[in-house]
Amino acid sequence: MNTDSGPEEATLPRGMSPHRIRSLIRKEMLQIVRDPSSIAIALVLPVFLILIFGYALSLDVKQAPLAIVLERPTPDAADLAAGFMRSGYLTGIVVTSMKEATELMIERKVDGILHLREDFGRGLSSGGAPVQVIVHGVDANRARIIQSYAAGAFSLWMARRSSNGNAQGSAGQVRVQSRMWFNEAVDSRYFLVPGLVVLIMTLTGALLTALVMAREWERGTLEALFVTPVRTGEILIGKTVPYFLLGMAGLLLTAAAGRFLFDVPLRGSFLVLLGGSALYLLVALAIGLFISSATRSQFIASQIALVATFLPALFLSGFLFDLASVPQAVRVVSYFLPARYYVSFLQTVFLAGDVWGVILPNCAAMVVMMAVFFKLTLRKTKKRLA
Amino acid sequence: MTAQPEGPVLSARSLTKRFKSGKGKEITALDAVSIDIPRSAVTGLLGPDGAGKTTLIRIATGLLVPDSGSIRVLGIDLAAHPGEVQSRAGYMPQKFGLYEDLTVQENLDLYADLHGIPKEERSKRYPELMHMTGLGRFTDRLAGRLSGGMKQKLGLACTLVRSPDILFLDEPTVGVDPLSRRELWEIVYRLVKEQGLTVLVSTSYLDEAEKCDTTVVLLQGKVLAQGSPSEISSIAEGRSFRISTPETLKPRQLQARLMEAPGVVDATLEGRLVRFVESDPGELDPALLRGLTVTPVRPRFEDAFMTLVRRTEGKERDPSEARVRLSPDQAAGVSSELVVEVRDLVKRFGAFYAVRDVTFQVRRGEIFGLLGPNGAGKSTTFRMLCGLLQATGGTLSVAGVDLHHARASARQRIGYVAQKFSLYGQLSVLENLDFFSGAYGLRGGNKKERMQWALEQFGLAQYSGSPAGQLPGGFKQRLAMACALMHEPEILFLDEPTSGVDPLARREFWHRIGSLADLGVTVIVTTHFMEEAEYCDRMVIMVDGEILAAGSPAEIRGRARMTEDREPTIEDAFISIVEDYRQERRAA
Repeated sequence: MNTDSGPEEATLPRGMSPHRIRSLIRKEMLQIVRDPSSIAIALVLPVFLILIFGYALSLDVKQAPLAIVLERPTPDAADLAAGFMRSGYLTGIVVTSMKEATELMIERKVDGILHLREDFGRGLSSGGAPVQVIVHGVDANRARIIQSYAAGAFSLWMARRSSNGNAQGSAGQVRVQSRMWFNEAVDSRYFLVPGLVVLIMTLTGALLTALVMAREWERGTLEALFVTPVRTGEILIGKTVPYFLLGMAGLLLTAAAGRFLFDVPLRGSFLVLLGGSALYLLVALAIGLFISSATRSQFIASQIALVATFLPALFLSGFLFDLASVPQAVRVVSYFLPARYYVSFLQTVFLAGDVWGVILPNCAAMVVMMAVFFKLTLRKTKKRLA
Repeated sequence: MTAQPEGPVLSARSLTKRFKSGKGKEITALDAVSIDIPRSAVTGLLGPDGAGKTTLIRIATGLLVPDSGSIRVLGIDLAAHPGEVQSRAGYMPQKFGLYEDLTVQENLDLYADLHGIPKEERSKRYPELMHMTGLGRFTDRLAGRLSGGMKQKLGLACTLVRSPDILFLDEPTVGVDPLSRRELWEIVYRLVKEQGLTVLVSTSYLDEAEKCDTTVVLLQGKVLAQGSPSEISSIAEGRSFRISTPETLKPRQLQARLMEAPGVVDATLEGRLVRFVESDPGELDPALLRGLTVTPVRPRFEDAFMTLVRRTEGKERDPSEARVRLSPDQAAGVSSELVVEVRDLVKRFGAFYAVRDVTFQVRRGEIFGLLGPNGAGKSTTFRMLCGLLQATGGTLSVAGVDLHHARASARQRIGYVAQKFSLYGQLSVLENLDFFSGAYGLRGGNKKERMQWALEQFGLAQYSGSPAGQLPGGFKQRLAMACALMHEPEILFLDEPTSGVDPLARREFWHRIGSLADLGVTVIVTTHFMEEAEYCDRMVIMVDGEILAAGSPAEIRGRARMTEDREPTIEDAFISIVEDYRQERRAA
């Protein structure tokens, strides 16, 4: 089925009628417009998610409080402490004993402790300055970020010191010059927005269609529809096209928000983005229709759609957790998830550009999945009740 | 019509269909069914719930595949070419198959598009359909906002956007008021007469059988009889009688006695008269009828149907077990004490008056009926009486109090059976009884005694361990009633207790209600089955939230316009009353 070009395609399979398909599409559109819940899922939810993810749920750490223990306030130590506070990512609370700092940490008033012992100055000149960084490790992600901030701030201070001509010891001899590519500011929104697109496309594609087919079974409307010249293929196209358009609207909304609200760059071409997204949306629609036809119950269909498509798209697609570092078994599972290929595609198109070596294999995987699920759905939806 | 080929339009040979019903059990929905449907006629498919009517129609429309047997529709082998039959047939499923979020016009357009009807033909066809169904004024209304009767007519119109070669209607008149039912039959008849349409219609309303040209009686998946209604009726020839009730008895008491008597397959009420059918001539104990004038009457379809069913089911449904015995010390009969008083009751939802100035009284031991079409305000009135809904205006008192404001203990005096099955489907019969008696505060020996009473009186002992959700329809209803009676209430509220219950179970149900009333329990019941109103001592007819008529069944019957050859029924009276009312409003 050449569904890419929508209902107006020139070559319909034998026996299909463009008039009937147009009529079914129109019917579905009217139902979407009149049912506030599908509009809510397709258009209101994306906006809601964009705002939450964009403004509230940033994974970056800013202004993390840090206790700085200055056991003896030498100029060097004070300078280092000032350097920590300058970074903008950390804010320091200066205390004079480790005991005070520990209390602050226990009360969770600070996320970490920078301990400059009283022999800090001496150690510095002998080449082995004893600096201790303790980080609150309950939130592992945050802890790792703070740890690297602290290390960064320290090496920055050392570098400045040596350029000031104070280089005496071995410290500062080796410089690590690190740079982030594709996300220079290490802004988590850069990968959250593409991830969001995946979630929204999954919601409109799979969840919404999983509901609509089951609804027709539940309300007995399919029963009446079956006893007309209509064909199952026509019913499926009639369901696919409207939700395809709805999903693409969701995509445009999210992409526009990413671009204009959060300045996420789109480094690849817009057309490639549309093409790949259309492909993923069709996979999601096919899965939704399949779930719906197989269960024939709105409640069960929505549960399955959530567990089988939405949650994996959130956790196993490489959107939140890097798939290269998950256990082998989980990685194997992820190969069966269309979202995985779409996330990889999106991250490339948004942040790197039209890298065909990444885009084409991912698209190929989605084409295969789409074909499989449409075939399964067609087989599952017969003009039969049992 | 002469150009059309002869022979049946549909012919089925030994169709068998089984369904799995969980736990490895199987239900035989159709058991070697062979039928022929003649051309240009209405064939009625009759039988109680679970007889296999819907399964048969679904097989005939290609929606189900039989396990064995063959079926040809319009000369086409259905197994080989289901699509061809589906293109030429019209089918209205039980739920009408309408898109409720589309308007009347949009529903019609959808079906016209699917059938590929050209524009010119529509402009001719639509006005015809609109005229026929009376939906012309509502083309812009969402189908979901139509009344039951209008939905059903729209469903019919959708199947008629082009002339089908055969029309299948699955229980088209369920849950639809008598007026709408009558109109639907008129439409179907016109189509058969003017266009030579072939129709297969299933129904559990036995009185509708007499409107069919030919009928098929199904029971437990088997064909019991096939033939014209008069042929079927003749099975009860010489066995149908009518007697008038002596002054000392209530008609329903006489009817109950006859139902329990051996040799009687059926007894029904017709005002002060009781009609009964003997199983075999002369088998009835003459002592029972001593001193009463027995007039032989022409048998009707229902008489024959009951004869056939009782013959097949034997003593399975012994009506005497349907007699409820309460504690013996309870006084019997109707007293003059008012148990329910309703004065100028009003319920308004926004600008809409669901109930408007309703006034009536119910005396102890009466069976009181609230009748009316869907949306008449019966259920709203009911909910206010039970204290589930607060009235907007007027006063009401049930057993001396307004239940909405009264303490919970006041509810001890009433029992309530909701319209929908409101028991716990996963709990067994015994567990449900246990729960409800506990909820009503029964404990220890008393509770055990009442549960034993319920199992015995309602014939539930055989099912005591089965989950309530899996009981056969009639038994679910028995259990619901048993649960409502655990605490021996003085007043029993029953909301549409017989909707979705087949004719056999309905007779049993009324038998039980009658015996309860005789023991002094006041019963208030809503129904849209007009013939059931005969069992009520008094009733009101509600339309559009107002009471249009009140009185005993005999008084209500008196309001009917005269019919040619038969006694007017409550249904005739109902239709006359509603029509007069609507005419008046149109004039106003």
